[in-house]
Parts: sequence; structure tokens; C-alpha cells
Amino acid sequence: MKPKLLQVKDLHVHFKTYAGIVQAVRGVSFELYEGETLAIVGESGSGKSVTSNALMKLIPQPPGIYAGGEILFNGRDIIPLSDKEMAKIRGNDIAMIFQDPMTSLNPTMKIGKQITEVILQHKAASRSDAKERAMELLNLVGIPFPEKRYKQYPHELSGGMRQRIVIAIALAANPKLLIADEPTTALDVTIQAQILELMKDIQKRSNTSIIFITHDLGVVANVADRVAVMYAGQIVEYGTVNEIFYNPKHPYTWGLLGSMPDLSNSSDELLRTIPGSPPNLIHPPVGDAFAPRNEFAMAIDYEAEPPMFQVSPTHFAKTWLLHPDAPKIDVPQVVQQRIDRYVKEGEA
Amino acid sequence: MLQKKILEVNGLKQYFGSASNPIKAVDDISFYVYEGETLGLVGESGSGKSTTGRSIIRLYDVTGGDIHFKGQNIAAIKSRKDLKHFNKEMQMIFQDPYASLNPRMTASEIITEGFDIHGMYKNKKERAEKVAELLEAVGLNRMHASRYAHEFSGGQRQRIGIARALSLDPSFIIADEPISALDVSIQAQVVNLLKQIQRERNLTYLFIAHDLSMVKYISDRIAVMYRGKIVEIGPADDIYNTPRHPYTKSLLSAVPQPDPLSERTRTRIPYVHEETDGDMIAHEVSTDHYVFATSEQLARWQL
Repeated sequence: MKPKLLQVKDLHVHFKTYAGIVQAVRGVSFELYEGETLAIVGESGSGKSVTSNALMKLIPQPPGIYAGGEILFNGRDIIPLSDKEMAKIRGNDIAMIFQDPMTSLNPTMKIGKQITEVILQHKAASRSDAKERAMELLNLVGIPFPEKRYKQYPHELSGGMRQRIVIAIALAANPKLLIADEPTTALDVTIQAQILELMKDIQKRSNTSIIFITHDLGVVANVADRVAVMYAGQIVEYGTVNEIFYNPKHPYTWGLLGSMPDLSNSSDELLRTIPGSPPNLIHPPVGDAFAPRNEFAMAIDYEAEPPMFQVSPTHFAKTWLLHPDAPKIDVPQVVQQRIDRYVKEGEA
Repeated sequence: MLQKKILEVNGLKQYFGSASNPIKAVDDISFYVYEGETLGLVGESGSGKSTTGRSIIRLYDVTGGDIHFKGQNIAAIKSRKDLKHFNKEMQMIFQDPYASLNPRMTASEIITEGFDIHGMYKNKKERAEKVAELLEAVGLNRMHASRYAHEFSGGQRQRIGIARALSLDPSFIIADEPISALDVSIQAQVVNLLKQIQRERNLTYLFIAHDLSMVKYISDRIAVMYRGKIVEIGPADDIYNTPRHPYTKSLLSAVPQPDPLSERTRTRIPYVHEETDGDMIAHEVSTDHYVFATSEQLARWQL
């Protein structure tokens, strides 16, 4: 068994707004092992970015409030830590990659300086050592002509190259945990494929753990070892990547899988959609938050919140459909057919 | 059945910047769109796909080539009356429903702006009825007419954008990345809506996008753009099943699929651009499926 790097227990994050308190994260729990990639999927407003920012303690307070729970990094709860203590962890132990490389780089600072700044901050190194390390990093992330790039500004580079620089900066202090919040969403598919390959390659070499936030299920299938599906501030399904894609149990996961066409979808049939839109988290619905959009909702869904039902030792889903007394509902046909085809092709 | 071509583009060039050192955003492309079909235009950022759409709807003065819509050269439209007619026939749906709707206008004002310009539905009651009908056609209801854009979610805003595009009963709609800014579950709703109104109103779509799975799903034919040129065009299934141009193959190999087993073994095919001196022409490799290449390249690029 791999050692556990991160354990999040019943995390609650709220935001005070004029309209009321938004309960953005409502009791999220998960674990992350060394060298493993956990993908968090969900729609905008599901709480996936708030969860990842909370792990870095990047929630501005106020308006944000850590309303409950623990974030154990290497066994130590980081929520009570002071800003000073947290600054040591950020960059050093936990680093983050954001969606838009243009806004996460400083446009007025040369690339070399942006990388060495991090190295000098976290490691007692001389300037020349820092430069040497920066060159190594530029090579590692596959930047051609690192000597030349070192002296350039971000605007002189393409989007894909900029994101590589952001990754180089994130890796500068050899973090144990890399949090990537939609790191490829702003990039073209061919560049996205390169960045995903790069991240997997780095993980293999340095045994970094990665939390990958995305809404793209294709990307999840590509990078993840385990997957957490979030809806309305909660994890509604959690399992290994194979369990989530080939044996999904939550109707929301069915909806996500069904609403995305794959390259072999016939264009004669309409896509399966999830009707309606996500709930307002100032007044989270009573019972199962997904119930109003769930065609399989039962009376109890509007009364009581379902617990996490265990499907396998690694697979959990938060839906009353898994209760022994619930009627047996099959995975929607479109989704099941696609799964059957994938599995058959996989065996062939 | 012989299909009617509603739009024909011949040798379209759209350059920006100075005449001595132009940026060739669109560089000599030719294609046509059949009435009632959806032509998907895919390519990476900077490939010229949005510029092509904007040239067709006359947002730019073209540098070279001509565009015929319903048999008429659109650059030759001069009179105000003819121009108005053209604008009525061709409408656009934009990518970002937050940026493309005026936040100071209600849904009803946004939808009826075209009516004022074209002097339609002057009777107040008639106009309210038409707005209600459009809102219902896009899956909203008549109560929404008096609300402002910020009161709607992203998916609902895009529906208003679609209602606005439909308000003048166009025959041709250019949809420039209409779903890219929306969540996955909402994307499917909007795509289904676009398909449904296309069937009901016999609309022709030029669907510009970078999401290849969605383009494949919605399009009858697909054109692949690279560096201002159409490198391959053909029926959607042909482009996906038997791509001929190495760029198309590379692009398809980069699309991640929601299938972990195949993702673990997938290999991306890198694309290396070749500069050629030979004559580049569109070769028809199968019915209606063209590849832009020299004869030498085509021979090399066997399946």
C-alpha cells in the first residue's frame, strides 16, 4: 500500500455574500496517496475549484470561512496554520497550476527570473545554482532553446509554452503535491495532449501526487488513477477510474457520461441531457441536491440526504438508488452500450 | 438527389496588417455549404476558422476571392435595402453568452432589436406574441421576456442568443463556438436545441468549434483548417474514419475519449508541417471528400 500524503475529512467552506451564506463545499472527504492522480470532475459551481484552493489555503478570509473539517497533509492539519507557516508549505510541498497561463505569469518579468525567484525563496541556493536548476527545469518541461527562453518575457511564447513555464515554476521546489486546476482547458487539443503527456512523465520520474481539476471526462480518463465526481459542493461518486467509467452508479455520473458525444456517436439520436441547472447553494435543497434533475428520484430523495453507499472497497456513491430497498434501476441504455463497446474494444 | 448549394466560397483571402507584410489569417480557401446541412469548421486557435465565419457575414471586407450566398455575390450588395435583406437571411451565434448580450437590456429588448431595424411587428401585441414564441422555441418561457441578462444562467443566456439569431427568420446561421463556454451537461442541451430548430426551420449551419467530438456529432460535413487553409473537407464520417491529411490524423489522435482503457494505450500522432514548392490542389479522394496537397504528397499519404 502506498503511503497516504493527503487526507481531507468532512471539509466545509462557506462564503459570506450580500445575498446570504453560500455553502460552496459541503462535507468533502477524500484521500490521496503518493504518486497517484486524483481527478475531481464537476460543473462550474460544483465546488471543485473551491476545494482545490482550500487545500492551498487560498480562500480569502473574509468572505470565505473554513466552516469545518480537516485537511491533513502528511498527517498534520493545515487549516489552523498561520499565514507564515502556510507560506513554507506553498510552493515547497504543495504547488498549483492554474487554467490560464497568461494570467498566472508576470508579464513584466523575464521567464528566468520567475523561475529562480521560487528556487531562491525555498532553497538556500546561490544565484548561479538557481540558474542551473532553472535550466534543468526548462529542459524537463520540454522547452526548446532554454538559454534563449530564460531571457524572454511571457508574451513572446505561445500558450502551450507558457503553460510549460507555469509547470516548471510549480516544480521548482520539488513539491510532493501538485494541484492542477483546469490546466489544459485554455489550450488546443494537440497542445493539451502534449501537456498531459508531460505531467504524466514528470509524475513517473518524481513520484509527485497530482490533484487534477477538470470538467472534461476525456482528460479524466487519460490522467486519473481515481476520480471524485462533485455536485453541489459534495462528492457524489468516488472510485478508481475504471469503476467510474465502466461501472458508474450515480445518476449524475450517468448524465455526465451520456451528455458527452464520443467520436462514434450517431448524429441521428439526440444527446442525453441533464435537465435544468445546478441548485443555488445559499439555500441547498433538502435531501439529495441532485433530486430535482434526477429522472430516477424517489420520494426519499426530497426528504433525506443519502449517505455514501459502498460499492466496492474503493468505490462509493451518494445515491438512495443503492439502498437495498430501492428499486433496481439500470444504467441508461446509451451509456451502457458505450461502456460495453469500450470494454469489448479493450479486450480485443 | 442533387443538393442545392446555399453558400459558395471561392478563393477567399482575408489578410490583416500592412500590405507589405500581411498576416494571412485566411489564405485562399474554397468550399460550399448545401442548403439544410451543417458544415463543421474545425481547427486550432489561429487557424482562421472564426475569421472565415466573420468574412462570410461581411464583418470584414475580404482581401480576395468571392462569396456567393443564394447565388448573389455578397461583396456586390450595395443598396441599403439589399443589405438589410442579406442581414436578415444570415445571422450569428457567438461564443460567450456573457459578452454577447447587453447587460442593460431585457431579453425582450435583445430579441426585438432586429424588429426595430427592419420595421417588423410594429403592433405591440403582435410583437409580444412573437417574443413569447421565440422564447418558447428555445426552451425558455414568456415570463423571461422582462428579465435582464444577468438574471439568467450561462445556458439560458445562450438560449437568448439563439432566440435573437432566430428572430428575423434567417436561413443561414453561423455559430462560432456556441457551446465552448458552457458546462458539459448544458452543452448537450444547447446542441440538442440547435439540432431541433434546424429540423423545424430548415436552417443551414456553419458550426465553428474546436471540440472535435461535438463537431462530429452535429455536422454533416467537416472542414479542417490549418494555418489559414482548408487542408481536408468531406462527409463527417469520412473525416473521422478515413482521414487522409496528416494534420487531420494528428488532430484526431489528440482528442481524449471517455474511455480509460483506450486512453492508456493511445499514442498521439505528431504533425510536422511540410513546406512545398509543388502545386497544391484539392484532390477528391472519395465522393465529396477533398484533401489539399500536391500530387506527390497525396501519393505518400496513403491510408
